[in-house]
Amino acid sequence: MRFLVYSEEPEVSFQLLGRVKTLAELTGGETVAFTTLDPAPYFSYGADKVVKVDGVGDYNVESYRSALVKAVSVVKPDVVLLGATRRGKALAPRVAAALGVGSMAECTSVDVVDGEVVVERLTYGGSTVAKETCSSRPMVITVPPRTYEKLEPVERTGEVVNLRVEAPEPRVKVVERRPKPRSNVDLESASIIVSAGRGFKSKDDLRLLEELAQVLGAQIGCTRPISADLGWMDQWVGISGKKVKPSLYIACGISGTIQHAAGIRDSQIIVSINSDESAGIHGLSDYSIVGDLYKVVPALTKALRDRA
Amino acid sequence: MRQIVLLKDIPDLSEIKVDSETRAPKLEGVKRRISDVDKRALEAAIRIKESVGGEVLALSMGDEKTKTSMLEALAMGADAAYVVDEPQFRGLDTNATSRVLEAAVKKIGRYDLVLAGEMTLDSLSSSVGPRLAELLNLPQLTYVKELKVESGKVRVVRDMEDVDEVAEAELPALVAVVREVNEPRIPSLMNIMKAKKKPQTIWTAPDLSLNPDKVKAMSYVKVLGVKAPKVERKQIKVEADTVEEAAAKLAQYLVGEGILK
Repeated sequence: MRFLVYSEEPEVSFQLLGRVKTLAELTGGETVAFTTLDPAPYFSYGADKVVKVDGVGDYNVESYRSALVKAVSVVKPDVVLLGATRRGKALAPRVAAALGVGSMAECTSVDVVDGEVVVERLTYGGSTVAKETCSSRPMVITVPPRTYEKLEPVERTGEVVNLRVEAPEPRVKVVERRPKPRSNVDLESASIIVSAGRGFKSKDDLRLLEELAQVLGAQIGCTRPISADLGWMDQWVGISGKKVKPSLYIACGISGTIQHAAGIRDSQIIVSINSDESAGIHGLSDYSIVGDLYKVVPALTKALRDRA
Repeated sequence: MRQIVLLKDIPDLSEIKVDSETRAPKLEGVKRRISDVDKRALEAAIRIKESVGGEVLALSMGDEKTKTSMLEALAMGADAAYVVDEPQFRGLDTNATSRVLEAAVKKIGRYDLVLAGEMTLDSLSSSVGPRLAELLNLPQLTYVKELKVESGKVRVVRDMEDVDEVAEAELPALVAVVREVNEPRIPSLMNIMKAKKKPQTIWTAPDLSLNPDKVKAMSYVKVLGVKAPKVERKQIKVEADTVEEAAAKLAQYLVGEGILK
């Protein structure tokens, strides 16, 4: 099977190459990377061939769609694998529609079973996992960042295919890019996370969580309403936010919607603190305390501090 | 200003239970509602209409129940609803679905803006909007959290991972909104009554000059199975007479797990 891989984030391309290298070896195929950058690292991370694209200009969905469609006609891949970043998720369906082929989005696993590509992806708000396959060639698949790990780089090289594209003037004009305040919190790689939900009545009360986080050496997360609606923090945990996999996740005042549950599923141990005995989060937890977080969180902080 | 809003009615996620034997979701009898983000796309369209005038048309693909779901859109302020209800179009993939919607949009005819939600919560694929933009040859603005229309252009703020991107495009264009774009209105009782009198048009394959077999042949993705992942949590309730004791007990458990040293 031949795989064509692209993400505007080189790290994500490397991760995807790591996966398709295994699948290409399994099926006696080939891995091809698509890039506008220096081809060398793509070979090191698993590309057999690199399509080096010129003339597309700054990233915009229409030029990159044209360049990818052209690359597909040259490379003739069985699978076009793109990174499911927000840019990638806007690009992939456009490429698939231009090619008139099937697509499977945000796949959490990509495999080849009996010569068929089989993927898994979340459905129904993240409460279920669907197994899907696709009969068109090529097919377009997107995979979220960090789903697969990149390989150890090796010194190797291969064929570079130069592709020149005459990109039309983009119809969407970017007027301004406002960098978001850079968060110094890295939830995705945190080993302990304490997280706030609607049970917190005001932003000031988050200091209870900060004290707990300090004792544990934890990062602080929250649910979507706390971040997106109230703006108390700049990133949230959940299917539409950060998917986390800490060794310990302590959910404080979090009800446990399926969207949030899907974001914490890979945690090793989940603890819930919620005064509502019927809150869904308790059923998703290893340990739960039914109680008022305003009392339980300080008590837990104290208990942990006293131990130390 | 003529706007078309893509709406999908999906099972109410909070009502879905999982079969304990097969771990398959039980969808029968679960009420359907317009997907939350889609409703916000509709709200955005209604607000644009309130500021610059024109009409808002709701477009959906579904079955006989979808007509009921569309009443909510009409009550919120859509002027008319179009529903593609063709028994042979059930369970189509995003490729075939967007071809059907393309035909429906072309049948509606003139439009300035097509709006959609960033994704529907059932399929989580974020695909139909951009696919439709490609088929209709429209510029697309995805992940939009603010938008306004003025002098033949749509100007938006896109919520990207690292930046907020201010962008604009000439109309016609396709805009896909995120949840943060607005808070959808709750229709008044009077508007709910009025909605029943607003026009709803039902289309089948022949109405759209589509050959069902050809459409089905373009549906490439097959779902092999849907299952809830196993929840293997200990589900231990930590109880004690006082909060302090419960907290100390929890700390002990965490030490036992090897997480705390």
